[in-house]
Amino acid sequence: MASDRIFGLVCLITAVAYIAAATQIQTNPFSGEFLPKLFPLMIGGVAALCSLTIMFRPDPDPNWPAARTWGAMAVAVLVLCIYAVMITPLGFILPTAIAAGILSYQISPNVKPAIAAGVGLSLGLFVLFKFALGLGNIVAYKVPTAAKLWDALTILIPFVGH
Amino acid sequence: MDILANLALGFSVALSPFTLFLAVCGCFLGTIIGALPGLGPSNGVAILIPITFTLGLDATSALVLMTSVYYGAMYGGRISSILLNIPGDEPALMTTLDGYPMAKQGRAGDALVLSGVASFVGALLATVGLMFLAPTLARVAFYFGPAEYFALYLLAFCTLGGMASNNQAKAALAACMGLGIAMIGVDSSSGLPRLTGGNLHLFDGIDFLVAIVGLFAIAEVFFFIESHGKGSSIGVKLDKVRIPWKDIMSTKWTMLRASGVGFIAGILPGAGASLGSFLAYMSEKSVAGEKGGFGTGVPKGVAAPEAGNNSAAGGALVPMLTLGVPGSGTTAVLLALLMTLNITPGPTLFTERADVVWGLIASLLIANVVLLLMNVPMVKIFVKILSVPAWVLLPGVTMISFVGIYSLSGSYFDLLLMVGFGVLGYILRKLDVPTVPVILGILLGGNMEDALRRAMTLSDGDPTYLFSSPIAIGLWVAAIAGFVAPMFLRNILKKPQAVTD
Repeated sequence: MASDRIFGLVCLITAVAYIAAATQIQTNPFSGEFLPKLFPLMIGGVAALCSLTIMFRPDPDPNWPAARTWGAMAVAVLVLCIYAVMITPLGFILPTAIAAGILSYQISPNVKPAIAAGVGLSLGLFVLFKFALGLGNIVAYKVPTAAKLWDALTILIPFVGH
Repeated sequence: MDILANLALGFSVALSPFTLFLAVCGCFLGTIIGALPGLGPSNGVAILIPITFTLGLDATSALVLMTSVYYGAMYGGRISSILLNIPGDEPALMTTLDGYPMAKQGRAGDALVLSGVASFVGALLATVGLMFLAPTLARVAFYFGPAEYFALYLLAFCTLGGMASNNQAKAALAACMGLGIAMIGVDSSSGLPRLTGGNLHLFDGIDFLVAIVGLFAIAEVFFFIESHGKGSSIGVKLDKVRIPWKDIMSTKWTMLRASGVGFIAGILPGAGASLGSFLAYMSEKSVAGEKGGFGTGVPKGVAAPEAGNNSAAGGALVPMLTLGVPGSGTTAVLLALLMTLNITPGPTLFTERADVVWGLIASLLIANVVLLLMNVPMVKIFVKILSVPAWVLLPGVTMISFVGIYSLSGSYFDLLLMVGFGVLGYILRKLDVPTVPVILGILLGGNMEDALRRAMTLSDGDPTYLFSSPIAIGLWVAAIAGFVAPMFLRNILKKPQAVTD
């Protein structure tokens, strides 16, 4: 009940924001005043209608995980985000070993197998991609400078990065 | 015989040693992908697209590889359904109903071989059906103008939302999310950015591959963190595998009927394989009656959904190739592949790129035979692969997804976006919001808007133009019926729940 009402409300706000953004779409004489806005406005309208329906006719709540699991998932998201920005300056092997190890530990909390999974996956996939599939330009190892590392991390910090 | 000549052309394209090698690789890979719990066909094909792309394969080879993976995953889905009671994807759910009880009776080997044969029959008949029906439908599709196409896209979203979900509002909302995301980027006709919020990374739009991999593969990681990878070890022992001729012969009519039902369900745009296996199972259940013992582990209950499921997978290719409207999540991913290879599906595909279409059909036939030969003797190997623990599998899949998406543009932005889609996918699936309409929306949003704009330009902004032809009106009626009817039929056509231990 409550989850669906909150979900509906969030979607409704998003839909209204979307409609507002759609009315602000820039146009020029070639495209006409109306056409670039028409379809986004229709989508926003239907979405708002659906959100209202979900708010007023909610389904039963799903089984949400416990607070601890939420924490684990938040850590996983953070790890994946850091991995995403680190793969450019640091290359493939080191970030993959760490990220895969942490994810593995979170799925099954045993330290040694997790480390083995991280290192094994990182090296195994490196060999697979570089030698079997010839994607050496994508998976590589790099020695970064501190400035580059900081540059990459700032991407994740709002208002500081790019 | 037009078809035989075309088929000869197709085989001449698809029967080179290299493409055969690709077909075998694709089938093997696909079966593994389908068999691993949590990795369905859409997932598998989506992760592999960017990697195939960077490998520099030509259009035909890439197509052969991916269709083999697609069919292979359809075959593989049954292995985890029967042995683990975990459907690899939604269409495989029906197979668990009789497959798992049958495996518990110690007939796991029989169930696996029987379902393999049923898959073969379904897929073969569907491919033959595709050969006959698709060129005809392609000729009809020439009468489609922008108004008809707009209605057709709408039909796809409505049937998808109506049939495949439990809550129409949520399905429609999911479709709107996808369509809304598709609008982001530089507008093709005015050349001005839309809804980008001034972010330069968004000017190119959001790549559907990023969304697919995020929504399916990354979201899966969160589900496994939540469940700590429980329930993915083998619960049923597999002894000797023999070919159960008696069961195969006794289910031959079931397979044929189920294939027919599945094929028709597959053709409906947006309905796809889940509906195919569901209808095939339910119709066979009613044919067999009370005495049939469906749900207790009877061979017919294994053969029917598998034949229906694979036949629907073939049928779903009909609207995808002739109209450019995919019939299921996986065909949506295949459509994405075609677009990446610069092949635009539609009526002209059959005349202009005959080599591609018939090469595809020939490779489907080849893949099918390879799969049957591979699946009966090698089923034990695939079962071994199932015992890869989740704590190796899921991180591995995640890392492969990252490499795949990174190879698309080499930008961190796509990777962050993918993680975002992963979180979204987790929340949506928790709330019972289907994610396939989101993908379909992102994929078709641009085309749907183009159709609408063209219709509005042609008619000088008169909305009644959208309902001006009999075909368009028919499609609108079908769309509304497809969306509304399941609300009333829900009580009658109740989806059977999975068997619990």
